[in-house]
Amino acid sequence: MKRFEENAGGVAKSSPLVGRSAEPTIFELSSPGRSASSFRTTGITPINPEENLPKGLLRDEPLELPEVSERDLVGHYTRLASRQYSVDLGAYPLGSCTMKYNPKFADYVASMSGLSDVHPYSPAALTQGWLELIADAEEYLCEVTGMAAATFQPAAGAAGELTGLLIIGAYQRQVGSKARKIIIPDSAHGTNPASVTLGGFEVVTVPSDSRGLVDTAELAKVLDSDIAGMMMTNPNTLGLFEIEIAEIAAMVHEVGGLMYYDGANLNAVLGVSRPGDMGFDIVHSNLHKTFATPHGGGGPGSGPVAVTERLAPFLPGPRPRRVTGTDGCDTLEWFVPECSIGRVHSNHGNTVVVARALAYMLYNGSDGMRRVSDIAVLNANWLRKAISSSYEVPFGNLCMHEFVASAASIRKKTGAKALDIAKSLLGEGFHAPTVYFPLVVEEALMLEPTETESPQTLQALADALLKIASIAENEGSAPLQMQPTSTPVRRLDEAGAARHPILSYRPESS
Amino acid sequence: MGSFVPHTDPEIDAMLEYLELGSLEALYGEIPERLKLDGPLKLAKGVSEVDTLARMSELAAANTPVGKDLVCFAGGGAYDHDLSTAAMALGSRPEFVTSYTPYQPEVAQGVLQALFEFQSLVCRISGLDLSNASLYDGGSALVEAVNLAASATKRQRVVLSQALNPSFREMVKTFAKGTGHQIVEAPLKGTVTDLDAMDLTDAAAICIGFPNYLGEVEDLPRLRSMCDASGALMVVVYDPVSISVLRTPGELGADIAVAEGQSLGLPLSFGGPYLGLFSAKTEFTRLVPGRLVGRTVDLDHKTAYVSTLRTREQDIRREKASSNVCTNQTLMAVQASIYLSWLGKSGFRELGQRCHSATRYLAGLLTQIEGVEVLGHSYVREFPIRLPKDADQVISEMVSEGFLAGIAIGAGFEGTAVEGSLLVTATEKRTKAEIDGFVDSLRKVLGK
Repeated sequence: MKRFEENAGGVAKSSPLVGRSAEPTIFELSSPGRSASSFRTTGITPINPEENLPKGLLRDEPLELPEVSERDLVGHYTRLASRQYSVDLGAYPLGSCTMKYNPKFADYVASMSGLSDVHPYSPAALTQGWLELIADAEEYLCEVTGMAAATFQPAAGAAGELTGLLIIGAYQRQVGSKARKIIIPDSAHGTNPASVTLGGFEVVTVPSDSRGLVDTAELAKVLDSDIAGMMMTNPNTLGLFEIEIAEIAAMVHEVGGLMYYDGANLNAVLGVSRPGDMGFDIVHSNLHKTFATPHGGGGPGSGPVAVTERLAPFLPGPRPRRVTGTDGCDTLEWFVPECSIGRVHSNHGNTVVVARALAYMLYNGSDGMRRVSDIAVLNANWLRKAISSSYEVPFGNLCMHEFVASAASIRKKTGAKALDIAKSLLGEGFHAPTVYFPLVVEEALMLEPTETESPQTLQALADALLKIASIAENEGSAPLQMQPTSTPVRRLDEAGAARHPILSYRPESS
Repeated sequence: MGSFVPHTDPEIDAMLEYLELGSLEALYGEIPERLKLDGPLKLAKGVSEVDTLARMSELAAANTPVGKDLVCFAGGGAYDHDLSTAAMALGSRPEFVTSYTPYQPEVAQGVLQALFEFQSLVCRISGLDLSNASLYDGGSALVEAVNLAASATKRQRVVLSQALNPSFREMVKTFAKGTGHQIVEAPLKGTVTDLDAMDLTDAAAICIGFPNYLGEVEDLPRLRSMCDASGALMVVVYDPVSISVLRTPGELGADIAVAEGQSLGLPLSFGGPYLGLFSAKTEFTRLVPGRLVGRTVDLDHKTAYVSTLRTREQDIRREKASSNVCTNQTLMAVQASIYLSWLGKSGFRELGQRCHSATRYLAGLLTQIEGVEVLGHSYVREFPIRLPKDADQVISEMVSEGFLAGIAIGAGFEGTAVEGSLLVTATEKRTKAEIDGFVDSLRKVLGK
């Protein structure tokens, strides 16, 4: 009997479930001549490109793409999926990421005919529903944030930040200011300083004080006419509400700066307190955090930017607006704001993500959104207290939707690091918290349970964290350094990956 | 009203009691009273799932989707292709949809390996050895290419072909207000870039389409030698489907190649979420924006994948980072990989040939209409036509005939030979009967 080549097509069996074995790449599964695709009957006679295009630009051989059957394809990606943690599977207490449950009805919305199959360059008369959808989402977002107008073009939070900074630049130029500096707290997300640089500004960092809040005395020292604005989250990255925010905003406004709100932590204050009322001028929201659109393993996100009335003329265009026709009927049209900074997306942004978010906002309404924050904050405080016997929380008595614990004393006593605790939690069946961030807390473990995890799940999570601390206490760090052992792969050689990067499959690299 | 909060009232009471708090309101004890809302948000109260979906359906019904009643001949970077049911089903698996960025590789091998395969596929299509794990869209990929070129060459001047997508050009100019790059446009000659009329002196890059926005292939071999003479990087904005019949940007000398990846199995979705493809020569590895997934081994020496070369990224380099990208379009990258693997080697070739055949068949019929002039020459799957009537008017009248006729070439092409023309495409989805019907209707609308 001639044996068939081992890898071709992949072997349809549940090896990841029973043996934790690696899955070959789709290229290794190829069997020459195999194919899954089929094409519709069109009645069109094939035309050879050689008749119409310069020979020197045409390829001779087809590109080397995988050659698999549909069954091979389904097997491969199903086996990959079984090696992946997700919100649908279990809790994801990643601080600052707001990994809440993503409603299934939004998946249905995303695939609706009339939304998913509309061409972006269709005339506005054919896309009135889309314009209205974006206008509705704008209304909701503006009410939640206390702003006057918004753009949905930014495709993610970082894109929103840069959009906001370009608006600050355009505003400052308009008022004749040459201010070049943006203040950010030392606890800020990494995207903030990177966005500041790309926005054409210099970063000025202000330290946190002993309460974990912006040190207003230090802030006063850096304020001068060269300050174009300040970027903050509130609650901040430690999960604490910046109680002096109104004073801070007044100080920055006093020197001509604008206040930028990074909406990463908006889930804490829905229907409770609004960035606009705190004194902010520009607010970006992460629809993939606060408004429950799925994160897709790292995108697509959506980072709409909302602004005050004063800044609306600077927003990217086109934006939708309602107009009353001569017949008295309302229609919607696209317009470009008068001082627009220009487009920040090829089309209108990640619009289907906006549709998911609008569905979530309609479903929750004013009462449901308040409930979201109430329970998000309740869950974080409960978890914080439940693990406080083993994990110190350096700042504050009450937290908002998240908190930052420190493994510093565990490390000192036992040698176990925050990373070992995170990896051990994977072994217990939970996703790990965010570690080593923010930088202002030693051995940081940043936990955000979100409102969609039940008290029972929180209890199991707390039990797992306490068990890990007690193992460290009783047996030292060694058992934790071995973790995880039950996951599809164990700890990786990350240094080797960076030293000798293999970033694509090549036959010779296997 | 519905809710995704699982807590019962007794459970909430028990939690508050554990926290020694009298009410949920007490959770916000730290917030100054004057910063608290004095009443509920001025929004409707929550509704049921069914009511939510009814409203969303109402909005959807107010749009005219492409399909039987609006047969699509519009492209411009967003193409109406047939989709694969298997690819859609696999790409909708909750493990891919509801996971976070793969920061914990031990439990994220599914997404990481899928991204590694995506990078590998994009390397093959771009013909370059290094591809990242996606950017937001074609325009953002071009913006990042411009930034990389400026960093790598330490030059500030960037030349954009006017034959690029006008939205992409506008984005480059928007972001240049922050970086300070000087953006100049190389003019058109007919439907291609006028290589003789542009000045690459001290240019960080020349950015050119292949095929360009007007569907025409550009003379990349000649441009390569011009780049060699001036030191400018050659940034090629390509159409991935056309690469099924054309040589890759890498083979033709590109230093950086970027693309809009929507045509690789993603629905039209009114323009997003789409997929930015980004590839570069390996000498630029340390300057590449976004995530890179690499292959390594675990403690048991088993093959595994991990986000790597992370020291390039914003969360580590902070204000010294050359890109601020964090969240990208991972799900779209996974979906495009599945679609490409479904197409496979022979299917990808056939897709391009079918698009070419349909487009050429359409062009052949259009040239027979009196007063209509096909402006394209060497094109794969899209071309502009000059009409004896206003293009927007034609588009509007063709809607009543059941067609989305194309894209009016206007903003960004003022004063050029193609201003006022109509950009049309026919994908593999268009049948002979649809194309014949389109041409008949166009005759009617033009009164020919």
